[in-house]
Amino acid sequence: MKYNTKAIKNYRKIFKNFRTSTVFLYIFLILLAVICYLPFYIMIINGTRSTTQINLGLSLLPGTGIVENYVKMQSSMNIWRGFLNSILIAVPSTLFSGYFGALTAYAFSKFEFKGRNLLFWLVLATMMVPTQLGLVGYYQLACKIHLIDSLLAIILPSIASAGTVFFLKMYIDANVNNAILEAARIDGSSEFYIFNRIVFPIIMPGVAIISILNFVFFWNNYITPLALLNSREKFPLPILIALVKGTYKQNIGSQYLAIGISIVPIIISFMFFSRYIISGVAAGAVKE
Amino acid sequence: MGRFRLRKDNYGYLFIIPFFLVFFGLQLYPILYTLYLSFQQYDGISEAEFIGMANYARLIKDPVFLKAIINTWRIWICNFIPQLIFGLGLAAVLTQVRMRGRNFFRAVYYLPNLVTAASVGVLFSILLGRQYGTFNQILLKIGLIKEPIYFLGSTGWSSATVSAILWWMWFGHSMIIFMVGIRAIPDGLYEAAAIDGASRWQSFWKITMPLLKPIMIYVLVTSLIGGMQNFDIPYVIGEGMTLGTGEPQKILLTMVMYLYNTAFRWSNRGYAAAIAYGLFFIILVFSVLIFTFMRKREPKSGGIKR
Repeated sequence: MKYNTKAIKNYRKIFKNFRTSTVFLYIFLILLAVICYLPFYIMIINGTRSTTQINLGLSLLPGTGIVENYVKMQSSMNIWRGFLNSILIAVPSTLFSGYFGALTAYAFSKFEFKGRNLLFWLVLATMMVPTQLGLVGYYQLACKIHLIDSLLAIILPSIASAGTVFFLKMYIDANVNNAILEAARIDGSSEFYIFNRIVFPIIMPGVAIISILNFVFFWNNYITPLALLNSREKFPLPILIALVKGTYKQNIGSQYLAIGISIVPIIISFMFFSRYIISGVAAGAVKE
Repeated sequence: MGRFRLRKDNYGYLFIIPFFLVFFGLQLYPILYTLYLSFQQYDGISEAEFIGMANYARLIKDPVFLKAIINTWRIWICNFIPQLIFGLGLAAVLTQVRMRGRNFFRAVYYLPNLVTAASVGVLFSILLGRQYGTFNQILLKIGLIKEPIYFLGSTGWSSATVSAILWWMWFGHSMIIFMVGIRAIPDGLYEAAAIDGASRWQSFWKITMPLLKPIMIYVLVTSLIGGMQNFDIPYVIGEGMTLGTGEPQKILLTMVMYLYNTAFRWSNRGYAAAIAYGLFFIILVFSVLIFTFMRKREPKSGGIKR
């Protein structure tokens, strides 16, 4: 009897300790979550407040200045044009890197041509090279072939995305069975047909994961378009947003609104795709 | 089957043609062309002139480049150490403590990493403004400070501020990578340790940490490569209206900012090419150092074998 009560007491003590430490843990985790979201929240709220309202101090509720902010924002900068340019850059770049990356990865995975290992090693080596290394040379080249101030200069290099090839080669190694390919060949399918109609659908989940990450990369890219584009009507969002402070000077509400337009779509897409994005990032670590 | 495959193998060349055309033409060629330019005096307009190693000789004596190296390292280290601590700690907590809302926290902490760095830089430069910046308003209201802090106007604060923003953007990313590493450690090890009477803290130091070493090297090297190329945030965040000055007192001037300004603001393409190769050299040397140093410290007995 005596032993029993002691055990229960002990158990309660442990349980109680566990509870308090868990409460502290939750408080810490929630605080950190607030730190992660608060800047975005203030941005959204302040985008709806007039500059006078913002200068009065912090508010957690929206203000009444959104229309005024929007009109002022559009009067000196066409944010939607920047939005369109960002789409015109990021969408084709993502499609190119996904399709040609898959095609190349498939060749490396399933065909034993001469020089395969050397070429694959070359692809791997470029993953370690900083992107800025060739920037000056690329600028000069773009001048020569008249691609300066053209969106094409930013889109075309995405055809050769080393990271995509590496990721998809591993995916094909693991998920595409040689027997399927042999069966299709015996049926007389052409090699291109096999890739487009059989292999590509099988590896679609892998292509989707890497394409989401690629899209984010192309959407956020700042230095390449900054170096290669001159005319304002071709600027993608990051370049326009960087000019926001100089453009709207004292009009802080418009500044917040413009930044918000560039960031909120990312937050909304993350709400839908967070599982895929996080598993893509995680898969990137496994490859090492 | 072997004979059948051999006949088809040449299709491999056909499939890699688009990739390698672009790879050689638009990626490898510019890299080599940059190397060629680094031996030239070239302003982008007049004829390029071969000057041998003069650009490199200038580079190793250039006080501004040295300053840019130091700035880049300072910003990187001050962001990487807290990033590592938070990333590891959170990964351990979110994988090993039984709790609700794990996926929620994981997603929330990762979000800042996805957002356009240039936009983040501009957002913070407004939030941290001296007069009407919301951050100063909050600190004043809760009585933590009496005078507004000049976050982006003083040399001491502005470098720390950029590091803090980078920490904010990247600790969630490190956390996810570490979570992958921790999940790969077999549960049996922890169970055996618990039976032997090890505390949670002990198993973290004796099991989790040693087995995470390869992931640790990965995080360190990728963060170093990214950190040495730091550009977007320091470029846009300065107080003034002109971008990329690195002010106050050039404390925010990073290596890539110096490269960009030299090439495209001052049109000194030859010297900028030399800066690019200087940057590449630094990244290469330190990546190799990390690999060899971390390999050497492998436990002699082989540690725990699976």
